[in-house]
Amino acid sequence: MLILQCPYCGVMADETELHAGGEAHIKRFGPGSSDEEFEGYMFGRENPKGVHFERWRHVNGCGKWFHAARDTNTMEVFGTYTAQTSTPPEDLLAQIRDKRPGFKWREFS
Amino acid sequence: MSEPVLPLGGASYSGLVTVSEHGPIGQVTFRGDLSSEAVKAAIKDVTGRDVPGLREVSGDGDTCVIWMSPDELLLICGYAEAGGLVDALTEKLAGEHVLAVNVSDARAAFRLKGKHVREVLGKLAPVDLDPAVFTPGMVRRTRLAQVAAGFWLLDQETAQVFCFRSVSEYMFNLLKTVSDPQSAVGYYSA
Repeated sequence: MLILQCPYCGVMADETELHAGGEAHIKRFGPGSSDEEFEGYMFGRENPKGVHFERWRHVNGCGKWFHAARDTNTMEVFGTYTAQTSTPPEDLLAQIRDKRPGFKWREFS
Repeated sequence: MSEPVLPLGGASYSGLVTVSEHGPIGQVTFRGDLSSEAVKAAIKDVTGRDVPGLREVSGDGDTCVIWMSPDELLLICGYAEAGGLVDALTEKLAGEHVLAVNVSDARAAFRLKGKHVREVLGKLAPVDLDPAVFTPGMVRRTRLAQVAAGFWLLDQETAQVFCFRSVSEYMFNLLKTVSDPQSAVGYYSA
């Protein structure tokens, strides 16, 4: 079972306390953007076998949204971090580079 | 003011633990910056309790302040006092970005009493209830079976459970089922 530590309340929350919120760090393209940009925002999603960044909500708990980095293949959790950011923290990226040399996810590698 | 009506009319059950509907109790939701000095002072002033730390409860069973999330507290008091508490907080924190609302009728509360209290809760929640890990004074918001709920321990043999009023009947049936005298597991208490 997937267990993520909520960065807000510190609880090691198992999957049944959480709600999946899809891919993390999606940049919104709204009115005024080109069709290609909007299409990418609306429909373009990563589907990696390996490192992935996701949004989760501690729904049966403190109720906060947060981010998690994990490996979709091995289910290894690299870490969780707060929602008040638009990029993964550098120390987490360094840790993932260590464990998965050469990984690439959108613009992060 | 109308008379308070308990969701289940004060239902109770005796099995592995005694499950009894608790209340009516006053409940006030408070949201704001919990690290702010003004907020800390106002909470202390109005409730007589300190702002609790992460996942903690400050106070006793009848008047206490419960940590709900990084920006939310639940203040428990007498049913009739909740309105006054809201007014006092609102007045003291005028100009601050905070919110206090009387939600006394929004939630149901249950008291669980007996030496099997950890075992009964452990059957329902994905929480480590080991006496060394979960101690009196800590609160945990989680789920009990299929509904969101929270609980804290008043002492080693007493717990208070809260859930939304709309699921109170489900919760009571659930607590009855897991405290069936035939269903002891003996994991936390032999």
